[in-house]
Amino acid sequence: MSELQAEQALNVARADAKSTRYRDALIALAAFIILALLPALTSSKFLLDFVIRCAAYGLFATSLNLLVGYTGLTSFGHGMFFGLGAYGFGLLMQKTGVPVPIAFVATLLIVLVIAAVIGAICVRLKEIYFAFVTLAFQMLIHSTILSWVSFTGGDQGLRGGIPRPPFLGIDLSNHLHLYIFSCALLVIGLLLMRQIAQSPFGYTLRMIRDNATRASFVGIDVYRAKLTIFVLAALFASVGGMIMALFVSGAYPEFAYWTISGEGIFINMLGGVTTFLGPMVGTVILLILNDTVTRLTEYHGIVLGIVILFFAIGLRKGLMDFVFEWVVQRRDAARERG
Amino acid sequence: VDLDALTGCLTTSACLVTQTTSGLIIGMLLFLVAVGLTLIFGVLKVVNFSHGAFYMFGAYFAMTAYQLTGSFALAMLAGAIGTAIIGLVFERGFMSRVYGHDVLMQLLVCYAFVLIFDDVVRMIWGPEFKSMGMPTAFQVAPLFIAGGVVPPYYLLLIGVALAAALILGVGLARTRIGKVIRAAAHNPGMVSALGINTGLIYGGVFALGGGLAGLAGALAAPVRSLTPGMGFSVLIESFIVTVIGGMGSILGALVGALLIGLIRSFGSLGFPLFTEGLMYLFMVIVLVSRPSGLFGKEVA
Repeated sequence: MSELQAEQALNVARADAKSTRYRDALIALAAFIILALLPALTSSKFLLDFVIRCAAYGLFATSLNLLVGYTGLTSFGHGMFFGLGAYGFGLLMQKTGVPVPIAFVATLLIVLVIAAVIGAICVRLKEIYFAFVTLAFQMLIHSTILSWVSFTGGDQGLRGGIPRPPFLGIDLSNHLHLYIFSCALLVIGLLLMRQIAQSPFGYTLRMIRDNATRASFVGIDVYRAKLTIFVLAALFASVGGMIMALFVSGAYPEFAYWTISGEGIFINMLGGVTTFLGPMVGTVILLILNDTVTRLTEYHGIVLGIVILFFAIGLRKGLMDFVFEWVVQRRDAARERG
Repeated sequence: VDLDALTGCLTTSACLVTQTTSGLIIGMLLFLVAVGLTLIFGVLKVVNFSHGAFYMFGAYFAMTAYQLTGSFALAMLAGAIGTAIIGLVFERGFMSRVYGHDVLMQLLVCYAFVLIFDDVVRMIWGPEFKSMGMPTAFQVAPLFIAGGVVPPYYLLLIGVALAAALILGVGLARTRIGKVIRAAAHNPGMVSALGINTGLIYGGVFALGGGLAGLAGALAAPVRSLTPGMGFSVLIESFIVTVIGGMGSILGALVGALLIGLIRSFGSLGFPLFTEGLMYLFMVIVLVSRPSGLFGKEVA
């Protein structure tokens, strides 16, 4: 390919990326409007609560997909950042009384530093080592939360509620305001993650996933790219944790327990990792499943375990993977006919 | 941080002996769990994330067998053999279906079984803390070694674990089965072409690993409280042990387990709030300086 041709190809790709960016932004806006109109259509507090929980877990699960699906980093300790987000935000609000936006940004900064340190140690490791060492760090954070009773409240969690002073006309102690705020964070977070996934950096990550050796021969600093996405994913996961802390007005050690990471991995499996919105679909299904199962039986683990086995050994794919394949097949068939 | 307590203990022989034996029993129990983990990884190339559940089953089986028969030896046997059978079924029925798949699938299958096993224990034995109690044969006066108090049961525990390490080490190095297992770890295709049933080897290794974890649980039952989910922290610690010692190395598991045991027992004196942290710190130092572990051959 001559330089001119390459330049033209690049320009086409850029124009393509630009138009998908507008399309993504429009979809995000439409989604936000629909979510924001929901309270006008229904007065069901249960449904709105469900959407808030979907926002918290959805951001967490989608950020995990940036690692698992896009980069091939199977983190089994991603839940620690969910927990750190919830505790960081809760503690800042309780102990310092700063306004919500400042606590929000400060929490992100704290998570950034911690994720950079943990990531610097972990992303050098391969596959199963990476999975387990991230899990080990999650357990370290969980046990620190449990044993540092004077600061974190130990196994009781952060009690007494998180103060939510109004800012810029937004009063988060008002359920409707909290709902809209969570939806906005969800949509903005998803849009940003979509931008990351579709950016040249996002394609670099896919290349690392498919063949890290080749990527490093092309001149990509694999370590730096992995560390960057590890930290970015941690930040989005912590936003999920903050929404959760605001929702329950507290933070509990379970938010930092390894089962959160396990659920995140399962959500990704359930929805599928080949599409961007797969984890979001997985989140909705898992939350519905969880709510139904807990209502029916106290042995919630057995039922969930069997469902996981059914997906992992039986189907071997997530739901959105099937949809994706079906769409591709239809498109190919149509192309053959035409 | 309480460094005075630590230095005070290091200079008195009584405290030194007590802390060392308690470190040794933590280490020996960890070794039995970790060696199964490392053996399964060495041969099957999967990390059994549900390994902690085998430790838990071992403890509960031992408790029930002891309550039924009153025999301590039978309780140990029940713990080891019961979990070995579970290991065999688990490997043949489920894990063998995800070999060669990505780590995600293997983690998910194990995650599913951690959830299921914990609930099964909750169903059969109830959610509350249980205790087996010290067997009557060991309810005797403790020994005094250089002024330190050592319960006789601790000696038995250390002896059994050392014997298991020795049998395992010699068995893998010298016997025919040991050679076949090592060959299967190295080149399963060739072993299978030579007419050896590799599926049986895989199942057998998983059963052996599970049985060792079960034995650890059974040995721990008289000195620990039993609760659903008790295996998880043991799993994490034994994973740290294998990372330190080197994945796939039995000697590494022994050294790593003893180091962690001693760090825990002496660390709890000097850094009561940071005992767990010390363990992780040690793991990080090893990972950064020797990524394949102290005795690992391949680079992780």
